[in-house]
Amino acid sequence: MLILCPNCGDRDLSEFSYVGDATVQRPNPPEARPEDWQSFVYHRQNPRGPHRELWQHNGGCRLILEVTRNTLTHEIVGTKVAGPQRAGSGT
Amino acid sequence: MARFSAWAVAKNALSGNRNWTSQWRKPDPKPSYDVIIIGGGGHGLATAFYLAKEHGIHNVAVVEKGWIGGGNVGRNTTIVRSNYELRPNALFYEHSLKLWEGLSQVLNYNVMFSQRGVLYLAHSPGELDAHATRGNAMRLHGIDAELLDRDAVARFVPQLDMSDHTRFPIVGGLLQPRAGTARHDAIAWGYARAADQLGIDILENCEVTGFLKKGDTVTGIQTTRGDISAPKIGVAVAGSTSEVLRKAGVDNLPIESHVLQAFVSEALKPVLNTVVIGAGGHFYMSQSDKGGLVYGGELDKYNSYAQRGNLPIVEDVHTMMLALCPQFAKLRLLRHWGGIMDMSMDGSPIITKGPLPGLYLNAGWCYGGFKATPASGWCFAHTIANDAPHALNAPFTLDRFNTGYTIDEGGSGPFPRLQ
Repeated sequence: MLILCPNCGDRDLSEFSYVGDATVQRPNPPEARPEDWQSFVYHRQNPRGPHRELWQHNGGCRLILEVTRNTLTHEIVGTKVAGPQRAGSGT
Repeated sequence: MARFSAWAVAKNALSGNRNWTSQWRKPDPKPSYDVIIIGGGGHGLATAFYLAKEHGIHNVAVVEKGWIGGGNVGRNTTIVRSNYELRPNALFYEHSLKLWEGLSQVLNYNVMFSQRGVLYLAHSPGELDAHATRGNAMRLHGIDAELLDRDAVARFVPQLDMSDHTRFPIVGGLLQPRAGTARHDAIAWGYARAADQLGIDILENCEVTGFLKKGDTVTGIQTTRGDISAPKIGVAVAGSTSEVLRKAGVDNLPIESHVLQAFVSEALKPVLNTVVIGAGGHFYMSQSDKGGLVYGGELDKYNSYAQRGNLPIVEDVHTMMLALCPQFAKLRLLRHWGGIMDMSMDGSPIITKGPLPGLYLNAGWCYGGFKATPASGWCFAHTIANDAPHALNAPFTLDRFNTGYTIDEGGSGPFPRLQ
């Protein structure tokens, strides 16, 4: 499996480490209820098909990427640099 | 259907083995049953068997989208053990091991359960201390465990590289002598045949496409072979749990699906008489009765429903194997495949009523589902029949993630890929 890093180009899977599901939202402490935290820590959609997830290119530029990957075929649909301040950057 | 016996084997041999009948019927679905079990793997079939045998509930259907033995029950590496430290796990898996010990007789089917022992290697004094802690916990729960020193390990498994300068120097190990291996297909076929004899309908090529609901209550299933209704529906679909329950409107399970790869070498004469787990628990191997080495390592560590993995793990697994047994470098790899694990958030299973009225859930087996098959079915049948868990599976709820009573044997936290 190759992952397209916006910085480094197509790189081998072994250069990356998996961080996890990119769709879970960390609750905002002042208004968060216990159920929000349970959801954030434990509940996952776990789809068979396209999945938004975070990978770190720690064998390369060390950026954390948001990768959309098909969990059934391993096809990578898109990657971008993760984080709101960098939204839209990358490919 | 005839019972298997030495007499039956001899009689059928005389007639050229032409008169054996099929092991289970191929019935058409009835419009309704008392209980439907979704998933014709080991756990689903065992559940149906114990519903009939222990609880007298015979009007049961097991629906399977493929064929019996085609899922994870046919894709695992057949290790059976109960060497757990935490009390809920220790009691549950020891119950399973005890069921395994009598299973061939109970099912009248040779499941080839071989108590050849499972040896966890220790590669540092610290790891040996941790093994001693685990062994002591096991013995306090009435489970057999023996701590071996370096010389005892060398005598027990002469194939291991015991030199000091290897990547994984061996300082000792923890042996569970009653653990071992079994035949993976036989457990599926044996439970299917025994359940069928008790009147249970096994519906193959019958994929669940949706659920029939009245309000929140689940009242039946839609399948590729028509609608079937039942007041109680058990789900035992391993890696597909999230996808199947999404059809019922449940999409917040503490489960991720991950791929685990396994390997079989070409057959060779007997070289390994036990199950060895080494390299910090990241590698395991045994030898099948056919002669092939059966071995594997860790998850690929990313969500996957593909029943195949990637090459970095292939390399990792073989690196560890050759560090422990360099002489296996000359072996050729015969087969290699992947299976989809329902990794739970604490590494322990879920056997519970819910998450909706009318539904019962059996999931979260991580990569330890095979050894659990008898007890999983036994506890799940108890839960479905009585609408309440048995003491053995009472801790394995869905609610434990909300109440803080997680059962995290590995101490890995809520990261399924690390369990």
